Amino acid sequence: MEQKTKVHAVDGKQEILITREFDLPVELVFRAYTEPEIVEQWMGTKVLKMDNRKHGSYQLETTDPKGNKYGFNGTIHEYTPNQKITRTFEFENTPFGVQIEYLEFEAVTDDTSRLKILSVFKTVAQRDQQLQMPFKQGLNMAHDRLQDIVSKLK
Amino acid sequence: MNLRRDVFQAIADPTRRAILLLVASQSMTAGAIAANFDTARPTVSKHLQILTECELLKQEQNGREMYYHLNLQKMKEIADFIEPFRMMWEARFNKLEDIMKKHKNK
Repeated sequence: MEQKTKVHAVDGKQEILITREFDLPVELVFRAYTEPEIVEQWMGTKVLKMDNRKHGSYQLETTDPKGNKYGFNGTIHEYTPNQKITRTFEFENTPFGVQIEYLEFEAVTDDTSRLKILSVFKTVAQRDQQLQMPFKQGLNMAHDRLQDIVSKLK
Repeated sequence: MNLRRDVFQAIADPTRRAILLLVASQSMTAGAIAANFDTARPTVSKHLQILTECELLKQEQNGREMYYHLNLQKMKEIADFIEPFRMMWEARFNKLEDIMKKHKNK
């Protein structure tokens, strides 16, 4: 299957560029990022606050299966509907620091669109830590898949 | 148990991943590596042996000391550190797409 999500993280740079093409009109992708009840569904998080405007801010809270709560927040710097959002992002109580996120929404055709997220960290080390975070989970997933395949061979 | 000499086997253990991150910045002796862990020295030695067998670590004699350093070429065989991160976003965006397709049909 073609990989629709691309991640560029050049060695030694403190940024991550994520691009994704959607089989959706740009308006719907923008709504998925700005309507709290939709954000909650696909991000698997609770939206405590989402004030979508320049100088506005947002606050998210995620609960893991063990009941631990994780907070995220940020301030919105630029807000142009169906085009762009510039905002900060902070994963509270972690060493990742505050990042700046530049989100660009772009219509490709009437029914397809592209989203670019440029995430800028304070240091290269913080960026690398962030990239490695899902490493363990990903590995577990790979192992689960392997187990599935192997058990079918039995 | 017959251990498969495969890089994924090597990195399936958290201590071994920590060792790889440690020696990524500089070559180290077994003693210096072990000093970073609470686990018993023989346990760390066992991990070093596995990592060496899987060729993720290379040994280099320097005088009386044996140094361990990262075999970068072999590290490339591991799906990039970035891949799980990409997969995480791919899964999230797929979900977004599914949810919004329902909105579209409304």
